[in-house]
Amino acid sequence: MKAAAFDYIRAGDLAEVCRALDDGGPDCKIIAGGQTLVPMMAMRLARPSILIDINAVGELQGIGGDETSLVIKACTRQAAAERSPEVRAKAPLLAKALRFVGHPQTRNRGTVGGSIANADPVAEIPLVALTLDAGLVAESAGGARNIGISGFFHGLMETSLAADECLTEVRFPVWNGGGIVGTGFREVSIRAGDFAIVAAAVQLALDENGVCKRAAVALGGVAPTPLRIEATAEALLSSDLDAKTVGEAARLAAHEIDPVADVHASAEYRRRTARVMVERAILEARDEALGRVAKP
Amino acid sequence: MKPREISVTVNAKHYRSEVPPRLTLLDYLREVLGLTGTHAGCEHGVCGACSVIFDGQPIRSCLMFAIQADGHEVETVEGLAGADGGLSPLQDAFWEAHALQCGYCTPGMLMASHALLRANPDPTEDEIKEAIGGNLCRCTGYQQIVEAVRLAAKRMREADPEAGPEGNKDRVDE
Repeated sequence: MKAAAFDYIRAGDLAEVCRALDDGGPDCKIIAGGQTLVPMMAMRLARPSILIDINAVGELQGIGGDETSLVIKACTRQAAAERSPEVRAKAPLLAKALRFVGHPQTRNRGTVGGSIANADPVAEIPLVALTLDAGLVAESAGGARNIGISGFFHGLMETSLAADECLTEVRFPVWNGGGIVGTGFREVSIRAGDFAIVAAAVQLALDENGVCKRAAVALGGVAPTPLRIEATAEALLSSDLDAKTVGEAARLAAHEIDPVADVHASAEYRRRTARVMVERAILEARDEALGRVAKP
Repeated sequence: MKPREISVTVNAKHYRSEVPPRLTLLDYLREVLGLTGTHAGCEHGVCGACSVIFDGQPIRSCLMFAIQADGHEVETVEGLAGADGGLSPLQDAFWEAHALQCGYCTPGMLMASHALLRANPDPTEDEIKEAIGGNLCRCTGYQQIVEAVRLAAKRMREADPEAGPEGNKDRVDE
């Protein structure tokens, strides 16, 4: 379990990262928190010839934004995002999901951008980014590029990032177009902190009468990438989210997906679990929002 | 690849060493510095046996390269004992509560718990379980470990009432 030999560059700023990526060729790889990459190197599933370390790049760290979006720089630690009042206020779904990401020891190193760039199909942060339709920014020697999340995940740990691009920030839109926002995040894993078998993320906005005005639903662990479940979200709109409507909307989710079996779970188990997790996440989001209606 | 010089502070002692980039922080501590208290378990970030404190936060030393620790501070289990070499209150509580059998996971458990108690002198049972949730133990069934951390927390609060019970649970990273 030792990584193959590589050369190492500790970049001091983003320009240096882009230069190193440009010079390094296809075998160079960025290392941020290393919580995905280093195990892959130890198992020799990854053998980069050059590692470009971005941990000392100040421009890639921090949490900010304005009323319309929460901006998390790519190399911000998951633990820092987890503790940030700004994340809790502007992207409560992300704050909720971060508690499911690995363990304290891995969240202290692992980064928000690293999780998205590695695109593990059951990772929580990519799932939340897709649910909220986050915007990504990547930079290369050729300049900066905005990337919409909908076309970002190509397949199992594959994204639309080019080999010479560095993900620099993630922009989570804030839902402030009226209505009371509620969030739900549910997952099943073998032990707390393990990779999820199936995870569901839901964000809802209700009007003052408890009627659903806006809904976003997505699932992880049911395909090579996280998936938005539009049919379920549409079925919730204009309803008061009674148990029957929610149950039927969750059933639609089970029809939308085509999960495969692996060592952790059968396809049928994933399909059933997806329905139950979606249902529970919707109810969690509904009850959270209704709690806010009751005491404004 | 050719070795590079790094300078690392481990348990308040400064070290300068030449390391190949692929050497993990774990192997650096054990093989270069001879600090074999930190244990190598799975070597791919699953078991938590190699947990150390890096710049004040618990991390897995098998998931970092030593070269990345250049200019940083590391605390290992060797740093827990008092100046007289006696057990720390946490180590003493592990001994008293039978929180170990084979002892392989113990350094990782101690460092994860040590970091927890420093940030949160009065943790709930759930907070203790969360803090050691990434550390596997195949002997104890975990109950005595949780009990040991509670015992240590209680004794440390009694010895230093100023430290608790608020701690800095809600601290915000800059």
